[in-house]
Amino acid sequence: MQTPILEVNGLKKYFDIRGGVFGRKVGEVKAVDDVSFTVMEGEILGIVGESGCGKSTTGKSILRLIEPTEGKVKFQDKDITELSDEEMRQLRRNMQIIFQDPYASLNPRHTVEKIISEPLLIHGLTDKNERKKRVTELLEIVGLSGYHASRYPHQFSGGQRQRVGIARALANNPKLLICDEPVSALDVSVQSQILNLMEELRDEFNLTYVFIAHDLSVVKHISDRIGVMYLGRMVELTEKNKLYDNPKHPYTKALLSAIPLPDPDIEKERMILEGDVPSPANPPSGCAFHTRCPLAMEVCKEVRPQFNEIEDNHFVACHLYE
Amino acid sequence: MNVEKKEKTSDPLEENSSQSRYMNDDEDVKPFSPWKDAFKQLRRNRFAVAGFIIIVFFILLGIFAPLLTPYPYDNVNLADRLVAPSSEYWLGTDDAGRDILTRIAYGARISLMVGFFAVTGALVFGTLLGVIAGYYGRWIDMLISRIFDILLAFPSILLAIAIVAIIGPSLENALIAIAIINIPIFGRLVRSRVISLREEEYIMAARAQGMKNGRILIHHILPNSVAPIIVQSTLSFGTAILEAAALGFLGLGAEPPDPEWGAMLAEARGFIQLAPWTLIAPGVSIMLVVLGFNLIGDGLRDALDPKMKN
Repeated sequence: MQTPILEVNGLKKYFDIRGGVFGRKVGEVKAVDDVSFTVMEGEILGIVGESGCGKSTTGKSILRLIEPTEGKVKFQDKDITELSDEEMRQLRRNMQIIFQDPYASLNPRHTVEKIISEPLLIHGLTDKNERKKRVTELLEIVGLSGYHASRYPHQFSGGQRQRVGIARALANNPKLLICDEPVSALDVSVQSQILNLMEELRDEFNLTYVFIAHDLSVVKHISDRIGVMYLGRMVELTEKNKLYDNPKHPYTKALLSAIPLPDPDIEKERMILEGDVPSPANPPSGCAFHTRCPLAMEVCKEVRPQFNEIEDNHFVACHLYE
Repeated sequence: MNVEKKEKTSDPLEENSSQSRYMNDDEDVKPFSPWKDAFKQLRRNRFAVAGFIIIVFFILLGIFAPLLTPYPYDNVNLADRLVAPSSEYWLGTDDAGRDILTRIAYGARISLMVGFFAVTGALVFGTLLGVIAGYYGRWIDMLISRIFDILLAFPSILLAIAIVAIIGPSLENALIAIAIINIPIFGRLVRSRVISLREEEYIMAARAQGMKNGRILIHHILPNSVAPIIVQSTLSFGTAILEAAALGFLGLGAEPPDPEWGAMLAEARGFIQLAPWTLIAPGVSIMLVVLGFNLIGDGLRDALDPKMKN
């Protein structure tokens, strides 16, 4: 738990907006705007936030599936933003991704065997029988069977497909897995199975997860630490229990108060936010949350709050705690 | 870990029949390739089967042309000029006394060959250019797409005439011209397909695993582009034959005495009232072959589109 495996420093991803007759740049969407965090070996870091807050872009930028605009990503003490394409290609066996949509992330023309054996082949396992053996092994690890190998993705249910996606990600024994909302496309009953599987795999293979989700209960269940994102920025990052018991940032408080309780008789203090999420193409000045924050002060409109450690292992970007 | 699968099988009433076929988890479930599915559907399409029969008929006609009739296709027999269809000459004779059935049969060879090579040429170059334009984008896409636009700006037959006029009239050159005018049709089709595939999550997954561009193109993008290419090829086969006939009619394709259907029409044009059978036979042949390919093409499109059935 002590050595950092992934250090993200000042990660930014701006998408250009092009318009006009000549396709000139007329603006940019700040999908990820200066995000920093560290992931320790063997831990599960959850990242939550509403739709469009840049969670997925953060995940994909870490893997350079989307080229970051700025910032450093250090994986095992190596700055991967400076690697050449070929070096990056080699490194990819150590950092893998599980996608949100198990229907879109598997090639419909390939059998499961081909899907899982392809990463093995491109990273040097050329012997066909060895590959076949490994595919069977992987299928069993994720709770499927060897005889599933000859089938096509459309012959599986969503949960089974996601297992295939996990098997593919595990093929080369990665150290780090970016899980980009791996269960949000699944039924609730299947979600828990996949989550349990992922926890077992973490223990068995000593994996590290960056777990992106918008479902607070899912994140609470699986994560060790949780980061909350709002409009491309990380607003709060701390251990799971600290975050749920003692949230600091007003946005986190609002988010947590929105979790439905199973008991209808409990009177709950709801903190309801007004207005919509501002456009990331034109984010508010200062603190991005000040337009909706019930506790906003003058300073919030002008100065962007620093992402500071206000307690042990509790980072918050809010002027209330400065 | 196996709870989910057991649930699926134990409650088949919950799912519709087609789904339960895919999801039940018996070991003997057959791998069910998307191609087999499409083929099954194609066989159920009566129009497509009819088109297939027509094409097979003309292919056999071409293959067995020498065995079909006792006459050579270029045998001038002035004693039997413009004979009406009879037991001796099933489809009559033309103005040089040549048996029309023989010429139709040999003509099938020419037309199908022209169709095949022109479509293959257009397909190979069109796909190559389309993939490059679609996958790499930026200036190279700009360049290739504008070339396609220029080619498509001309009426295709006019462009073919211009190309043949430059490189000289002959069957081979007509074939080359037809291939060239069909390149942008395939190119644009493949380009748009590649652009939409490039954004698919399984392509991103392939990159995440560390695949090189070449492998992604060959193993992921091309196999998923094949369906529309097949449909377009079949449809283009028909138009290519029609274009070859048009060039032949204008005297820019096959040269006499080659029994090219379009050229036969041109030769027979003067006898339309005196001996209509000289026109009817090649005209109907062209019509049937083009119809056959279009029927198959439509059937294939229904079978392979929309998207892939889940």
